Amino acid sequence: MNEPLLEVKRLSKHFSGRGGAQIHALTDVSFKMQPGEMLGLVGESGSGKSTLGRSILRLLGPSDGQIIFNGIDITHLSARDMRPVRRQMQMIFQDPFSSLDPRMTAGQIVSEALAIHKLVARANRSARVADLLRMVGLAAEDATRYPHQFSGGQRQRIGIARALAVEPAFLVADEPVSALDVSVQAQILNLLQDLQEELTLTVLFISHDLAVVKQLCQRVMVLYLGRIMETAPAGRLYAGPKHPYTEALLSAAPVPVPGAKRSRTPIGGDAPSTLHPPSGCVFRTRCPYAIAECSQVVPELREVEPGHFKACIRDVL
Amino acid sequence: MITAADPLLTVRDLRTHFFTGAGVVKSVDGVSFQVRRGETLALVGESGSGKSVTSLSILRLLAASGKIVSGRIEFTSRDGQNRDLTRVSEAEMRTIRGNEIAMVFQDPMSSLNPAYTVGDQIAESIMLHRRTRRREALEIAAQMLEKVGISGAGCRIRDYPYQLSGGMCQRVMIAIALSCNPSLLIADEPTTALDVTVQAQILDLLRKLQEELQMGILFVTHNLAVVAEIAHRVAVMYGGRVVEDGWTSEMFRSPKHPYTRALLNSIPAIGRHPARLQAIPGNPPNPLTLPPGCAFEPRCQYAIAECSRAIPNLVHTGNEHWVRCIRHGSL
Repeated sequence: MNEPLLEVKRLSKHFSGRGGAQIHALTDVSFKMQPGEMLGLVGESGSGKSTLGRSILRLLGPSDGQIIFNGIDITHLSARDMRPVRRQMQMIFQDPFSSLDPRMTAGQIVSEALAIHKLVARANRSARVADLLRMVGLAAEDATRYPHQFSGGQRQRIGIARALAVEPAFLVADEPVSALDVSVQAQILNLLQDLQEELTLTVLFISHDLAVVKQLCQRVMVLYLGRIMETAPAGRLYAGPKHPYTEALLSAAPVPVPGAKRSRTPIGGDAPSTLHPPSGCVFRTRCPYAIAECSQVVPELREVEPGHFKACIRDVL
Repeated sequence: MITAADPLLTVRDLRTHFFTGAGVVKSVDGVSFQVRRGETLALVGESGSGKSVTSLSILRLLAASGKIVSGRIEFTSRDGQNRDLTRVSEAEMRTIRGNEIAMVFQDPMSSLNPAYTVGDQIAESIMLHRRTRRREALEIAAQMLEKVGISGAGCRIRDYPYQLSGGMCQRVMIAIALSCNPSLLIADEPTTALDVTVQAQILDLLRKLQEELQMGILFVTHNLAVVAEIAHRVAVMYGGRVVEDGWTSEMFRSPKHPYTRALLNSIPAIGRHPARLQAIPGNPPNPLTLPPGCAFEPRCQYAIAECSRAIPNLVHTGNEHWVRCIRHGSL
């Protein structure tokens, strides 16, 4: 195995709520990412997906744990020391309407980071911007247009060009197609796939859509109430989930084939609040296989097959 | 589109236009379909395709700038009377809304009033349409909550929306919608704001209630996977028109319109993983500047010169399947 590009060790993030209440957004999250890997991060709303992505980029300060990027512990780096690291790690946001400054042209948006990191001499900047726009499927002339003159899909392309401008090694893509029209999503997914291969990017791909993750990612990590439930190579996870939550998630996901699935393993209720996560295994309150012991021990992530980890004390699946 | 089996709602060549400062937006420009008793029709389309404007037109809940300029919305009410909803008076419309045709919206959190208990909100619609006292209405409200799968309904009716999760709120919305036993339920993206595990619960609930109450459901959505799970029939909208209409199984097995076909090929699906997705080039049309011919022509790989000359007709291809494409026979 190579040196991992990213290593997250027992990362936790708590937010303080009203009256001293603690919101446990992330608890004890540990994983590694190899260079050139696209890892899918799956979970429902409130599972901590976005918090994890933002914590890794130090857009949020972690409460506990370590983030090691390229061999450097960046958990407590100062803003000034973070700056060169930031060049290596970029983000693509969900909503291409609110993530672009309406008063800047596409060219200004894409070249801003070039100026901040003093990467390209001013004279050569417009040529570089043209290259970047072409790389994401836009035209060089689009540099002078404003965000409102573009469609949602085109705006997301600008967001991708902005992220790639500084030639990062690592990308967090947070639900990059969820806000787009269905008929445009495939364009952006294909673009991300091509760019990842072409530039050997390491991508943390955050999505609630299991089918999208399956299409793009080699490995998948399932999050529930701020904890990793299961992580495995994509093929394995979809063919034979080992964690009851993954099984439930897969069986709940609708498939575009009429009459294809009635083998639903229903789970009732909603996810509990992150203000009061259940004791022991956080999924036990909805788990069809839960036993008394599940409320007493917090299951550690353990390897059940090579590369396949789950946080469940039972072996029913 | 005339079919024999117990039609509940028949929309014929509906046109709803918005008169704005930027020009006339032909959001709905020739939509026809039918919903039958006990049947779910999914109205599928992307944003701007006109699917929500269609459902709002049926209930006559359009914004001030929107007008139904032509077409008919034929609805058969409980007493067997068939009326054109584009022509009935506003007073008559009020007896139909909520009572005969009910609606569930996308975002349950913002559809409920945060200042009233859920019991009061269900009771409100009951008291509006039936002659009941508040106490009696609250009893019915509790029964309704039980029916939509909320346990301990007797206590829950005193809860405020903020005390309930998104899935629970959507169940309350469904309880409100069904409290007057409507014969048609319009559900506009009812599970889009929900997590998949909760979405599965709500879809199961709608299916169960439909079997029990034999209501027709017009299910508005952009999600083809959800369509495959819930709908008997599908009408696909693009650029303000229905481009294909047929039985769900047939539509997914052999889509006849190039748009339906391209859309089905472009979405990732578990259990199918091509090396690359087959993306559709271009963007959905701007309803302000629709092309003169087929709205999908600029993005269609099968387009020929003739496609941009005139809007194709919706033609019947057998087995209650309609398609709006001049080339459907040769694809």
